[in-house]
Amino acid sequence: MLSIKNLHASIDGREILRGIDLEVPTGQVHAIMGPNGSGKSTLSYVLAGREGYDITDGSILFDGEEIVETPAEERAAKGIFLAFQYPLEIPGVATMTFLKAAMNAQRKARGETELTTPDFMRRVKTSAEKLNVTQEMLRRPLNVGFSGGEKKRNEILQMALLEPKLAILDETDSGLDIDALRVVSDGVNALRSPDRSMLVITHYQRLLDHIVPDVVHVMAAGRIVRSGGPELALELEANGYADYVGAAA
Amino acid sequence: MNAELRSLRTEAETALAESFAAARNSLPGSATVKAARERAFAAFEGKGLPHRRTEPWRYTDLRALLRTVPPRAAGAAAATALPADPLPGLDRARIVVVDGVWRPELSDLAGLDGVTVTATERLLAEGDERLGGQAGRLDDAMVALNTALMAGGVAIDVPAGVDINRAVEIAHVTTGAVATYVRNHIWVGAGGSLRVLETFVGADAAYQANVVTEAVIGDRAKVIWAKLQAEAASSVHIGTLAASIGAEAQFDHLTLMTGAALSRSQSFVSFGGEFARAGLFGATMVGGRQHADIMLGVDHAVPNGASRELFKAVMDGRAEGIFQGRIVVRPGAQKTDGRMMTQGLLLSEEATFSVKPELEIFADDVQCAHGATSGQIDEDMLFYLLARGIPRAEAETLLVTAFLAEAIEGLGDEAIGEAFEVVARDWLARRGRMVAP
Ligand SMILES: Nc1ncnc2c1ncn2[C@@H]1O[C@H](COP(=O)(O)OP(=O)(O)O)[C@@H](O)[C@H]1O
Ligand SMILES: [Mg+2]
Repeated sequence: MLSIKNLHASIDGREILRGIDLEVPTGQVHAIMGPNGSGKSTLSYVLAGREGYDITDGSILFDGEEIVETPAEERAAKGIFLAFQYPLEIPGVATMTFLKAAMNAQRKARGETELTTPDFMRRVKTSAEKLNVTQEMLRRPLNVGFSGGEKKRNEILQMALLEPKLAILDETDSGLDIDALRVVSDGVNALRSPDRSMLVITHYQRLLDHIVPDVVHVMAAGRIVRSGGPELALELEANGYADYVGAAA
Repeated sequence: MNAELRSLRTEAETALAESFAAARNSLPGSATVKAARERAFAAFEGKGLPHRRTEPWRYTDLRALLRTVPPRAAGAAAATALPADPLPGLDRARIVVVDGVWRPELSDLAGLDGVTVTATERLLAEGDERLGGQAGRLDDAMVALNTALMAGGVAIDVPAGVDINRAVEIAHVTTGAVATYVRNHIWVGAGGSLRVLETFVGADAAYQANVVTEAVIGDRAKVIWAKLQAEAASSVHIGTLAASIGAEAQFDHLTLMTGAALSRSQSFVSFGGEFARAGLFGATMVGGRQHADIMLGVDHAVPNGASRELFKAVMDGRAEGIFQGRIVVRPGAQKTDGRMMTQGLLLSEEATFSVKPELEIFADDVQCAHGATSGQIDEDMLFYLLARGIPRAEAETLLVTAFLAEAIEGLGDEAIGEAFEVVARDWLARRGRMVAP
């Protein structure tokens, strides 16, 4: 599904991704772990199509198609979803307006008909209940006044509604207490499917107790420096990142 | 180059002098009114058109910008086909003023029981002593010019205690390349209430509309007032509101500016009684080479007044947006609470937004503040929307509408607010079609 080859990206002349190679086959869940500042969020933004990065080398194939030049909104319509590490607060934009705009825009881009209002409402209600997203939250402007945990739940709600092919979750566990972590993980696990891939970025191993990955990659200083099974996460938890920080620098 | 420089008239000033000379004997009004016209024109001639050294007009140099002045509108145009309703879906009574002339046959006064609507012409002929009471306080060349040449418009008189629920619109329509000098009056008696709109539209022509509206809002009265400046693309709009508000009155005022090549909207609000509250809001949306200037003057002349000022401006293309706001707290006006905020959103690198907020405080026990920001669309917010698949034009529309909403909703009138939000979205949709590849 996702095939990244020798990806180099810099911002303001500073190289942050320094040759990423990564294959995520359809239906698999891969985790990326790594110390702060290793470039995990940058990779997630570059995959989602954020502007401002110079892609100086390499390629990103999504379903076999090169997407390095594809704008963010088109990537979303193709099925790439990013759950933000820091979801934005957007005053003045109602959450429901936003959800409907996003769902219908993607449907339109794929040549599908727009949702009727009752159909839209029903879908939101069903998914929101599973994620403990209250009606009161849905009535507020997008993420405004939401706690850290509420924002993360709202990200997973969007993922559930948009049904992406590839979901990139950037530190979805950060700022969550144990109960919230369970709700979010259950929400994510419910979306695991043979035709959906996930890239779960995290700093800590604990999320991976809940969302068990097929493969774990270690990222350091802008490169994937090691890959292995779920046991690699436990090893990192025990030993920390000290080995990698030194080695990659 | 000497002090005599002033006597060199610009082409526009010459045209105005000729216009006044030709009309001075035929303009409507009693002897008192005629004398007031003469004094006003003398005052205008003394100053000439405002220019960049006229401090309140420093960003709108009319002497340079106003090359010519078209002839005065000569009575009602025969045309009965009005431009499309600028606020479709909003229920309101309509007083339609075409080229300065009130056209009752095009108007709808249903729901205004107890209210008197009179043509300004009649008040001028009668020399109604309320005329000029508000505008007369202003030292402004364009208001003086309006006083000299005023013709047309209406007076809306809401007697004490009369509560009008249906909104009433004074719909100004200009049909060709003429100059109009409309004068309106709105009087709301003690405890009365009114929801009023002033709208400005016109045929595609280089007309110039100079309109002055005087308002006296009585004690405990409640007035919602919304202005929509959606003039034709090549026109000039100079609009002035001169209002005084009584004790415990509530006055909420929204100005939406989107039309005209050159526009200036001035609102002067004076607190005449204690414990009154005024909310003054603005939303400007301009692009191309439009020039849109908002001038606000708030005069806290008595203690215990509260005013909120929130002005938002969205500028595209090479547009120039200007906001000047001046809050004066007079000696003894203790416990005044005044807060002014201005925010500009630049959609293009060539657009500019100039802001000049001023607080002049002569009392010590007051709470006053002002702030101003100016910037582009927030890239992080935009990316968040794009990353959800929302196309760029639609994402920008959502963010710009959200930006303006705070000012539009500040008016506190849901129906009018919704109608104005539609105007904002239409502007953004037109812009979206212009920038789309
Ligand atoms: N917009 C930016 N401008 C400059 N440097 C940046 C920018 N964003 C991230 N960086 C730098 O890139 C490196 C990687 O950041 P990031 O991708 O956020 O790492 P991680 O998510 O792994 O903690 C850090 O050193 C960070 O300071
Ligand atoms: Mg990060």
